[in-house]
Amino acid sequence: MKLKFRALLAGTALVLATGAANAETLRLLTWGSYAPDEVVKMFEAEYPDIKVEVTFSNNEEMIAKLRATGGTGFDLAQPSHDRVYAAQLEYNIYKPLDLSKIDTEKMTPNLLEGVKANTTIEGEVYSVPHQWGTSGVMANMKLAPDVTGWADLCDEKYQGRTSMRLRRTILLGTAFGMGMDPFALYADPAAYQDMLDKVTEKLIACKSVIKTYWSGGDDLSAMMLSGEVVASETWDSTAFKLYGENPDIVFVPPATGALAWIDTFTIPRGGEADDAAYKWINFVLRPEITKLMSASTGAIAAVPNGIDLMPDDKKAAISAAFDQSDIDNLKFFANIPPGIEDMEGLALERIKAAN
Amino acid sequence: MSRDAGRLSLILLFMPFVLWIGLLIILPQLGIGYYSLREKVGFNQFEFGLKNYVDFIGEPVYRNTLLRTAWMSILVTILALIAGFPVAYYIAKIAKERSRAALFLMCLIPLWVSDLVRAYGWIVLLRETGVISTALVKMGIIGQPVEMLYNDITVVMGLVYTVILFMIVPLVSTLQGMDDALLEAGYNLGGSRLTVFRRIIVPYAMPGIVSGCIITFMLTAGSYLTPILLGGKNSSWFTEQIYNQFITRYNWESGSAFGVSLLVFTSFVVWAGLRLTGQSLATTVAKD
Repeated sequence: MKLKFRALLAGTALVLATGAANAETLRLLTWGSYAPDEVVKMFEAEYPDIKVEVTFSNNEEMIAKLRATGGTGFDLAQPSHDRVYAAQLEYNIYKPLDLSKIDTEKMTPNLLEGVKANTTIEGEVYSVPHQWGTSGVMANMKLAPDVTGWADLCDEKYQGRTSMRLRRTILLGTAFGMGMDPFALYADPAAYQDMLDKVTEKLIACKSVIKTYWSGGDDLSAMMLSGEVVASETWDSTAFKLYGENPDIVFVPPATGALAWIDTFTIPRGGEADDAAYKWINFVLRPEITKLMSASTGAIAAVPNGIDLMPDDKKAAISAAFDQSDIDNLKFFANIPPGIEDMEGLALERIKAAN
Repeated sequence: MSRDAGRLSLILLFMPFVLWIGLLIILPQLGIGYYSLREKVGFNQFEFGLKNYVDFIGEPVYRNTLLRTAWMSILVTILALIAGFPVAYYIAKIAKERSRAALFLMCLIPLWVSDLVRAYGWIVLLRETGVISTALVKMGIIGQPVEMLYNDITVVMGLVYTVILFMIVPLVSTLQGMDDALLEAGYNLGGSRLTVFRRIIVPYAMPGIVSGCIITFMLTAGSYLTPILLGGKNSSWFTEQIYNQFITRYNWESGSAFGVSLLVFTSFVVWAGLRLTGQSLATTVAKD
């Protein structure tokens, strides 16, 4: 009797164990809208033994989460290309990619090479590109037809009618708008601090002009659509979405160059489903999936015909915003050296606390 | 034997409480305290020392934000007391037995919705194209839409709304224990309404007032969503600084020092408040 019971137990344990091995879970740590339900369902239909769990986050929180767990808890993350290098050096939260398992030949060569160059540590590559987009300014052309760049957000003409997000992007944008090149100063902390001080002064003076700082795409959209705000710093994807609802609202690549980011695929150090992660990477870069993905995110896939794979309304928004000279003028975010973000953080706090 | 069993059941009964306090409150606090004493000297190199606290005191932005947070929290506490006391008195003393539960429930209902949703409720009402502004324009009271969000008054109002319940509940339970005969005796002996209020009701309600004030002050000083969402461009709140240290600056060491400073400072404010009003925890909150 006892023996039988034991055998039964062992049998159950075995079934449970194999069951667990069969149903693998892919835990994605990504941006809101980067894992549309439709795509997840198609992926699970093609790989019935993989279940996808999605957690939405942003650059800072991704790093904070992975740092807190020592790189465990997720199997695939999507930080921006400039946020991988320092985080990996300092906190060791990612593991090198096995490029032979990724269809890198399908990716846009210059984006792939750019991301590889940004995220290679001791000869190992940590990231490959997924989608890219830019940060710049959007304006309601009916109410603010003269907006051409970062500096217009602080123009008293638009008193109480502009907005921005109080994060590092606006520091960099304002610096470019004032004729400085922050990326060139990254290597020299003293010069960078000097630049930050000037930007801080400018943005403190700017506080009386802006209406408020936005904190997410949703409150920015509400302010633009209601007309409470006529010009704002923005991600291009948010502007493209609004263009679909009100064609007066267009993305304006700043005259000094829109700031371009590439969101990557990067595998956390404690990831337990690498194969599933590689399958996901290859899956979402297929042309038919890319189309669904771009419709959801508003960002452009890192494949050679990425813009053609955008849905029609977004394509129209892009052609209303960019011409070839704007695209040639893109400023890709450079790798952030360790320590720079701490300096920027203090600058942002000084701006927020100033009256 | 039975004594052992009794002891065992006592230990078992205490276990959830001890685990909760130990694992979720004491242990994390110790961790935060430990982190706050680490100085970052370089890449993954740390030393023990007080540098994080020195930096905190040396940077006026942080000092001022902490003082501002404390001052606004005190204001919120006072306003919540002024607004909450009549409500509590009505529920406990004036309302009929039958309607008491219903009134109490009506105070509780807003708590069933999360802080976030309630803050967005205020935003929908108060924004420039929001309900109130549009209605006032339509009625011809104001010429053009006004922005009622993004200032300190809105923040204080939103916070009072969020925490007032935690003032009302302890007040109601203290006031309910008061014998009406005390009030009658007060009036019979020729006391005016004010005298009765000042000499009988307030002293009797003091345990409720003190615990209500402590809870609302601590909740307000530690709140995050309401000040951030309603406050806009000029509303620095200390919890936001802690978030920034941890999340955007990856600086857990100084974030921890901020957390400890907030705890110490708010505890000090509570202590000072008790001293100034001549109360002590033993004669109010812990009174049986």
